[in-house]
Amino acid sequence: MKYVDEFRDGALAKSIAARIVRAAAAGRRYHFMEFCGGHTHAMSRYGLTDLLPRNVVMVHGPGCPVCVLPVGRIDMAIELARRAGVVLCTYADCVRVPASEGLSLMKAKAQGADIRMVYSAADALRIAQEEPRREVVFFAIGFETTTPPTALVVKRAAELGMANFSVFCNHVLTPSAIAHILESPEVRELGSVAIDGFVGPAHVSTVIGSQPYEYFAEEYRKPVVIAGFEPLDVLQAVEMLVCQVNEGRAEVENEFSRAVSREGNARAKALVAEVFELRRVFEWRGLGKVPYSALKLKERWAQFDAERRFGMSERNVPDHKACECGAILRGVKRPADCRVFGTACTPATPMGSCMVSSEGACAAHYTYGRYRSAA
Amino acid sequence: MCLAIPAKVVQLKEGDQALVDLAGVRKEVSLALVEGVRTGDYVIVHVGYALQKLDTREAEKTLALFAGLAAEETA
Repeated sequence: MKYVDEFRDGALAKSIAARIVRAAAAGRRYHFMEFCGGHTHAMSRYGLTDLLPRNVVMVHGPGCPVCVLPVGRIDMAIELARRAGVVLCTYADCVRVPASEGLSLMKAKAQGADIRMVYSAADALRIAQEEPRREVVFFAIGFETTTPPTALVVKRAAELGMANFSVFCNHVLTPSAIAHILESPEVRELGSVAIDGFVGPAHVSTVIGSQPYEYFAEEYRKPVVIAGFEPLDVLQAVEMLVCQVNEGRAEVENEFSRAVSREGNARAKALVAEVFELRRVFEWRGLGKVPYSALKLKERWAQFDAERRFGMSERNVPDHKACECGAILRGVKRPADCRVFGTACTPATPMGSCMVSSEGACAAHYTYGRYRSAA
Repeated sequence: MCLAIPAKVVQLKEGDQALVDLAGVRKEVSLALVEGVRTGDYVIVHVGYALQKLDTREAEKTLALFAGLAAEETA
């Protein structure tokens, strides 16, 4: 594929890796958090960790929207889907995430709930048009990439005067999560998670631009390099981070300039601002309650807000005791540190969300790296 | 979840829709979030929507940077 294959060239990867080896000072360790699950997946899939010198350590971040959605929100979705007359439309990523009582959306569907997988928010709207007697709810999850499409369908539903369509909004914000990690006790006080810089989001940044990260670079003195999701992009970003650390710089640099500008996508940002507003607080799996880290529909669009329409109430449900997803999402633990990893918890029988999504750290490590670390 | 792929726009259609080509696979996506897209442009496609136009000149610059570094490496 054009603009994909060129960024997967093995020979070039080796030469960038050789430069990283030369650039990394022998006497120090470098710890970089790759925020996105997309980067985590690329690193596992292409074995990039093996190309890095031992003193350059990558820490997996919480940037997987499926992984950070807490059990309570999945429970709420299942409860809604079980109501008579409701059709719950969801991105396929969510259907196998474990919920309470051994349930998942997939199991609830098997038990008779009308849950349908859709590729796009527009598909959910189309189902609502085709089935006017059903209450069609779109289970909206995701970071800043999926939010503009949700905003578009809400506006479209209003234009069409649709009375049977609503959105169960779970959209979350990347910059708030990064700030939360930088403010966490593990990073600030305990020092148990060392972070010298961030590999910044690829596609999220196509929408929000590189500007929102400038605060982290300035305020926390952490370099950020925005990178694409292909292996050469990730390696190049690591090299740029090593150079910034060596030179004592903390700047926002953009490796993914083919799709990211400083301002991002103005049209998409305006749409999001028109339809959504900040929630005061939202629960994330692993990070707990994070202030101003998620969106809800503005009052003007209240009739399309499933939480109001169906009087849904908040549920707080703890993770399975043995599951270490929370610590893994904070960068405190690695998948292999979890005692159920690869035994009770596998992609076929996931106990935690990080084993479900292909961008989850556990799924990536299980699929591509579990024998490597055992060797 | 946030995965997106570059696709070539092969035909503009009514209502902000466009036909794109992904290594031979053709799919209709929405251009409602992007401005000024023309046939032949590459767009970053995500959940049925183009999120951004791909700047082919910037892509070539990044590739040239990789290649330049590689040349330096073997020199």
